[in-house]
Amino acid sequence: MATSVNPSFLLEFLLRTGDNALILGHRVSQWCGHSPVLEEDIALANTALDLIGETQLWLGLAGEVEGKGRTADSLAYLRDAAEFRNVLLVERPNGDFGQTLMRQFLFDVWHFELLTALQESSNARIAEISAKVLKEVSYHLERSADLIIRLGDGSAESHRHMQSALDDLWAYTGELFLTDVGDDALAEAGIAPAPASLKPKWEATVSRVLGEATLRRPTDNYIHKGGKRGVHTEHLGYILAEMQFLQRAYPGAIW
Amino acid sequence: MGSLAQFSIEQVWHWLSEVPDPEIPVISLADLGIVRDIAWDHDTLVVTVTPTYTGCPATTVINLDIERALRERGVEKIRLERRLAPPWTTDWISREGREKLRVYGIAPPVDGTAADGRLMARVNSLSGASNLRISCPRCGSIHTEKVSQFGSTPCKASYRCGDCLEPFDYFKCI
Repeated sequence: MATSVNPSFLLEFLLRTGDNALILGHRVSQWCGHSPVLEEDIALANTALDLIGETQLWLGLAGEVEGKGRTADSLAYLRDAAEFRNVLLVERPNGDFGQTLMRQFLFDVWHFELLTALQESSNARIAEISAKVLKEVSYHLERSADLIIRLGDGSAESHRHMQSALDDLWAYTGELFLTDVGDDALAEAGIAPAPASLKPKWEATVSRVLGEATLRRPTDNYIHKGGKRGVHTEHLGYILAEMQFLQRAYPGAIW
Repeated sequence: MGSLAQFSIEQVWHWLSEVPDPEIPVISLADLGIVRDIAWDHDTLVVTVTPTYTGCPATTVINLDIERALRERGVEKIRLERRLAPPWTTDWISREGREKLRVYGIAPPVDGTAADGRLMARVNSLSGASNLRISCPRCGSIHTEKVSQFGSTPCKASYRCGDCLEPFDYFKCI
């Protein structure tokens, strides 16, 4: 067990990991009752539920590590946008069904590789959460990859939607692999993989699936970034306004 | 007279084998394999439970049901602990539990077929050689097809029978 790492780096990592799951989970939950077919509505709701469950584990541990009495609930409902550490990708608007699926796929491949690596974390708590969550995320990845292929290699109309979604979201994927000084310290201590180290496997799976889907991988390498250090797009504020309304309007409400 | 002197661990296991799962009441919490340990810590009964899915809304209800069942039988001091590792797997569902699921209309899990992120489902469906033969819990036919990997709850997938034409739930592997 590595003990020498700066606790603020560990806290930052747990917030980033938890916030990615929380914000994507909330985004996906917004589809409930709106998706094109019943089976997909149910699949999206189940995915959102898994992500919120995962959030409770990461943010719960973040609260323990911080040691100031904050819980998963208070971290989710009582922080402002600048205190959130999720990547910009997960706060992108849902757009059409194709955009939602493409965002999910690009995230799922990364999520799968991150959790796979984290199972070997020198921090036992992180390793056990990751092993648990990975089982659920494997199903997310199989579903999103399958649908990307079916819709990309589907009708001219579905292909156009998927290509357009990919082109729109591509510049938001680079942030997943940006590595800062805290990430380096955690990698050194064997607590978490350096984000950049996940890129080759992510690239391999994404290229394989996009190839089968007859979708063209964008070549532009521009990266939209900021979320990991709390600099967000305007979309996050709207998400929080909805997600946090109850606790803001009725502080401490329980049910 | 403390609880310690009154109740054996075997007795407590037996009680929990009578507490139904809140979502699928035909099987018990013991059948589901989520009660991982029962032990006395001095005069406190410690029940260790592992969650099925991280976001399963039944988790809170399960904890309340365990506590209520034990209190009704006279256990005074109870502590519920959560254990994540090793993570719950459908392999832990008892043989009796699987049969109860089937009779209830839910096809039980086929061990060793959990998604592993290697996109094998896609490969199998392309080659027409799915390794999954789920028999219909109503008529027993194996001419069934998957409608969706995600069903009425996170732990189930939706299937349809090609012979009796009825839709049914399959308790998918994790």
